[in-house]
Amino acid sequence: MTIAKIMQRLTAFGMLAGISLLASGCESMVVLDPKGPIGAQQRDLIYFTMLLCLIVLVPVLLLTAWIVWRFRDKKDNKAPYQPKWAHSTKLELVWWGIPIIIILVLAVTTARYTHALDPAKPIQSSAKPVTIQVTSLDWKWLFQYPDQGIATVNYLVIPEDTPIRFELTSDGPMNSFWIPQLGGMIYTMSGMSTTLYLQADEQGEYMGSGANFTGRDFAKMGFTAKAVAQGDFEKWVKEAKTSGKQLTEEGYLKLALPGTSEQMTYASIPDGLFKRIVHEYSMSRGALAGIGQKAKTLSEQHAKEDGETGSAPAELPPKTAPSSGGHSGHNMKEMNH
Amino acid sequence: MLDKIKEFASWFFVTGDPLIYGADIAIALTTAAIIFVLTYFKKWKWLWREWLTTVDHKRVGIMYIIASLLMLFRGGVDALLMRTQLAFPDMQFLSPEHYNQVFTTHGVIMILFMAMPLMFGLFNIAVPLQIGARDVAFPFLNSLSFWLFFMGAMLFNMSFVIGGSADAGWLSYPPLSEMTGSPGVGQDFYIWGIQISGIGSLMTGINFIVTIVKMRAPGMTWSKIPMFTWSVLSSCITIIIAFPVLTVTLALLFLDRYLGAHFFTMDGGGNAMMYVNLIWMWGHPEVYIVVLPAFGIYSEIVSTFSKKRLFGYGSMVFAMMSISLMSYFTWLHHFFTMGSGANVNTFFAITTMIIAIPTGVKIFNWLFTMYRGRLTFSTPMLWSIAFIPCFVVGGMTGVMLSVAPADFQFHNSYFLIAHFHQVLIGGVAFGYFAGLYYWWPKMFGFKLNETLGKWAFWIWNIGFYVCFMPQYFVGLDGMTRRVSTYSWDTGWWGLNFTSTIGGFLMGIGFLFQVWQIAHSIKFMEKDTTGDPWNGRTLEWSIPSPAPLYNFATTPQVTERDDWWEEKERIAAGKAPKPQPVLEPIHMPKNSAIPFIQSVCWFAVGFGLVFHWLWIAIPGLLGVGITMLAHSFNYDTDYYIPVDEIIRTEEAARRSV
Repeated sequence: MTIAKIMQRLTAFGMLAGISLLASGCESMVVLDPKGPIGAQQRDLIYFTMLLCLIVLVPVLLLTAWIVWRFRDKKDNKAPYQPKWAHSTKLELVWWGIPIIIILVLAVTTARYTHALDPAKPIQSSAKPVTIQVTSLDWKWLFQYPDQGIATVNYLVIPEDTPIRFELTSDGPMNSFWIPQLGGMIYTMSGMSTTLYLQADEQGEYMGSGANFTGRDFAKMGFTAKAVAQGDFEKWVKEAKTSGKQLTEEGYLKLALPGTSEQMTYASIPDGLFKRIVHEYSMSRGALAGIGQKAKTLSEQHAKEDGETGSAPAELPPKTAPSSGGHSGHNMKEMNH
Repeated sequence: MLDKIKEFASWFFVTGDPLIYGADIAIALTTAAIIFVLTYFKKWKWLWREWLTTVDHKRVGIMYIIASLLMLFRGGVDALLMRTQLAFPDMQFLSPEHYNQVFTTHGVIMILFMAMPLMFGLFNIAVPLQIGARDVAFPFLNSLSFWLFFMGAMLFNMSFVIGGSADAGWLSYPPLSEMTGSPGVGQDFYIWGIQISGIGSLMTGINFIVTIVKMRAPGMTWSKIPMFTWSVLSSCITIIIAFPVLTVTLALLFLDRYLGAHFFTMDGGGNAMMYVNLIWMWGHPEVYIVVLPAFGIYSEIVSTFSKKRLFGYGSMVFAMMSISLMSYFTWLHHFFTMGSGANVNTFFAITTMIIAIPTGVKIFNWLFTMYRGRLTFSTPMLWSIAFIPCFVVGGMTGVMLSVAPADFQFHNSYFLIAHFHQVLIGGVAFGYFAGLYYWWPKMFGFKLNETLGKWAFWIWNIGFYVCFMPQYFVGLDGMTRRVSTYSWDTGWWGLNFTSTIGGFLMGIGFLFQVWQIAHSIKFMEKDTTGDPWNGRTLEWSIPSPAPLYNFATTPQVTERDDWWEEKERIAAGKAPKPQPVLEPIHMPKNSAIPFIQSVCWFAVGFGLVFHWLWIAIPGLLGVGITMLAHSFNYDTDYYIPVDEIIRTEEAARRSV
């Protein structure tokens, strides 16, 4: 088989892959299929920047193909050959000028959108915003509804057409809170609280995830955000309140230990827990390291895990004692100053 | 006693993973094979004299390149392990911990132990030759830089069979990388592996700035410096400003871990975001550090294979220098989603997108270098042409990422992964491959096989697009980076599977390159001319491989593409430039100190990882003693006598 033939086949294969890719790409990618005003504006901005870039991209690709074909070294190539031609102020002005203009347009657009879409900026709406306090834990999400006095783990229920004011923090490694169909993400960081406004215009279940790597069970930090009608939301809150499970201070400290979790609902939350997470608990598990504490080898870590929890990876079933999950399971109370 | 040894071994070596046991066996066999071959062929002395103690920039360059290609293999295997794990939903191929270690080492190795040394290798091979110098400004320091890099890389690599690898991501954000988040020794291996090799990188930066500023041949004014050398200068300026930041950042992290300091923990008033700021103040310039020399390589190759002068020399230099300056004002775009407020985000969004202007200008200049030229498609040129569409698309997605509010949707998703692989592979790796093919004859005296090279090129390129294009889409579909697994109901399977096929195609492309090198060694196409590509710059005016002293007489530069102009003059029937009389050449002597001192540094790092001061302190003493020994060594140079130069030149030219 000649090389040309094999190359042809490879190219054909590549095209096939490309087609299948486009086909699967068209099945509505979530970022380009927003269900809320923030996500919609971000999608428009993405389309706009893409178009602006294509204005440069397409001509450059065509020009490249044409130049490479036109000036190839062939005996009967009649294209001009000017080996000493190396400067043209006019041409250079053109290709310094065009990108400058495009970047100028983009810069102005970016500045406007950055202010308009500032995550902490409230969404204009006649509905009163619902506040949800989000805490990323190792490796689960805790959502508190301070006004409703309830909390959930790994799922959210929100009323449609209502701005949601997310207050975010972390009691563990920093993470990133992302519900692509409602809008862009924001970091959750220990010791500080960030704000993110999102809104769902349609009922439905939306995928949410942690986007910033946080260690072993990072991949299991997905959650769902369920947007429901206002009445259904109130009904759900009532049901949650009668579910019987309570989130206590001790319960929280256990929940915060490393381990994964199922979806859970809490009928009540302690007053001001979120504030304490931000100011007192956040990573107070941190930094016991000192000259006296040595890092462990991997084999040693494995041996420790096997000894404590058996060989199966530690899961955290609802309302049971937390697993140590491999990472240092210090007792939170000791360090709680 | 035996039990104690067994207990120690099962603690010290990583156990419980069949892949690791495979690696253990492979390492043991390879080491045994190397020792056997060296002993059997009585090559120990040769290895020591010709390579381990050499201060010749060309040999140092070759060692850099060999080491980096090995690291490319290691990093590539890591990549394929990841792609295998992600090929199907709910895969059980790698455990989450193992997956985390694999992507962490993949990132660290590819950037710091593959791209950087391959770049330094090409610096070493080409820069002194291009500027008509006999060596770099500080040959001893150059050798020390290499050995520090090598020992740092070995220390880092060792962690996957001894102790366990780092698993907190290639930039190791705290608090995950602190003792509580990463109780393993991997993080300490990470700190010391990078720290030791980072000192080497910083010294290389200084060395090449001085070399370029002070050691150019007479007549080579600033406006006559070859473009690759310009790119090295801009890259080195960025290195000497960025790398100290990395050194300090990692030192602080080490203090947190080792002494219980609180620089980056919420306890005791530290702040993890301070680390994120610091590491990206190094990390973003770092990507320009590796891409700028690639720009230089493309400039050389495009003009050589278009048989035409480089278009817009002044623009090119200005563009590169402005990129190296602006690279310091972009770090925050790595965490637009921190919630730092609209004004801050706007500032960094605009400073980031501005870099697209000089970069775009360079693309046009390359295109117009080809315009009205005569293009031949040898492998170096193929890689350079393939770079253009790849980098333009990657650059475009980069501009899209720089728009802060849109970045809220791209950040930490596979869209980002696709973008930076496209610019790092399409820009950096393609460029270094092109440079490697281009300067290979100058290094070894033979060309690499073109047919196999073209096979490698096409497979690599097709593989590249099949691998990374789907990742843009899966990113827009909400898949985040670093997830070790996903479920069927996400709908990400098709794209991930396609991407995995592409990954393996690139792996096959790499195998073709290995085959190409092996085949070319066996069936050498000897380069008897010293100028196999009809080159333009000074390195092509001397025989291949370059003699120890590079230039028998110092060249006198009068033009920008001096060697090309000289050839034109001779072709036009004019007399070649008069050659000055031969004089004895002043050369540096070999030294064992860089190697020994780096071994001592290795001991320091290794000792501190395991808190074994009985290794670290003697190591540190060794470092001090070797420094002193070098300070009091006055026997560092010698002269090559004229008759030896004549003999060498005749031997080299007789094969012409």
